[in-house]
Amino acid sequence: MRLLVGALLCFAVAAAVGIGSTWLAVSRGVTIEGLTVGAWTARPKIGTAEIDPYARAEIERRGELQLALGDGVAFVAQTDDADRPLDGRCDVTVRGITPQARFFTLTLYDPSGKLVGNTINRYGFTSQELIRQSDGSFEVAVGPRARPGNWLPTGGIERYLLLLRLYDTPVGIATKGGRETPMPTVAMGRCQ
Amino acid sequence: MIRWLLWLLAGLVLGGIVHLAMVLYLPRAATRDAYARLEPMTPVNSFVPLPAPTATGSVVPFMDPAFAISICRYDLSKGPLKVTAPVSQAYTSVSFYTRQGAAHYAITDKAAGRRVIELDLMTQKQRSALPEDEEVTAADRLIVESPSTNGLIVVRALAPEPSQMPMAQRSLAGAKCQAQS
Repeated sequence: MRLLVGALLCFAVAAAVGIGSTWLAVSRGVTIEGLTVGAWTARPKIGTAEIDPYARAEIERRGELQLALGDGVAFVAQTDDADRPLDGRCDVTVRGITPQARFFTLTLYDPSGKLVGNTINRYGFTSQELIRQSDGSFEVAVGPRARPGNWLPTGGIERYLLLLRLYDTPVGIATKGGRETPMPTVAMGRCQ
Repeated sequence: MIRWLLWLLAGLVLGGIVHLAMVLYLPRAATRDAYARLEPMTPVNSFVPLPAPTATGSVVPFMDPAFAISICRYDLSKGPLKVTAPVSQAYTSVSFYTRQGAAHYAITDKAAGRRVIELDLMTQKQRSALPEDEEVTAADRLIVESPSTNGLIVVRALAPEPSQMPMAQRSLAGAKCQAQS
């Protein structure tokens, strides 16, 4: 009897721990060998055959076609530099420069990976579209209300994420943070 | 008391095994992965342009709206494929994904260094079956080995400005993935 109860307890714990931790890992994402610069995180290994099983499970679940490393590297920001989740009702400023790349794009998605609808059909910027300062840096105003300059509309949705994709870039698996990878700052300002 | 703790410990260890097994098994069980989503709209061994992502949705999530994309679902069971992709004005890349969703190879127009990106796609077995002398003449042929028999070839052309999108789409229309004659 004690053996049976013990075994049942053992299996119950195993099921709870096993399924619970898998669900957490796959839905929240486990970052293995990530490259984090400020609010931005990239996982260059995702674009190779050596992708880790967690990232693979996550990508398969979402049905995404991840960027191959020979093509480019994607940096994602879900929060601002102060670690507050990006809110579409607030004014967010993305300012600075990017690591070396032939082209880059900055795109806004809702958490499920869809573009966010707006009246000017602006879903993102390519490096060529951005209006820049004389020193080559740029400033993008992300927010619900129209702004002069580079305005990326959020449509007022609660949560969104920004993807900065570098195409044909030396940034890769061996890249460390720091001077090599100058990423733009993400600062959240006034909210509606 | 010790006995219960031992059972608990055994449960935790078993839970760890369940976790690892699930993480490793999930990709095979995923029925809504990119390949499965694209399967109904892509014929085998031929390129199909992917509709541009809009706010109402896209075939696969997190598509870059600045790119025109064309996809070839490949099947190497009948032999190697010849892949050609004309280079667009700004930026063109060719990426290869296995059936299980790993991006096993990618090349950009710059790395290819020509007006047209030309590649031979084959399995490891097909490559080792290549005659020796052909291996020599193959020096200027780019051979990509696919770890799986099936998978996806994704050609992407950048439109640096929206007005250049039709041009990027036109250049992709010339992409081919055909059986070698």
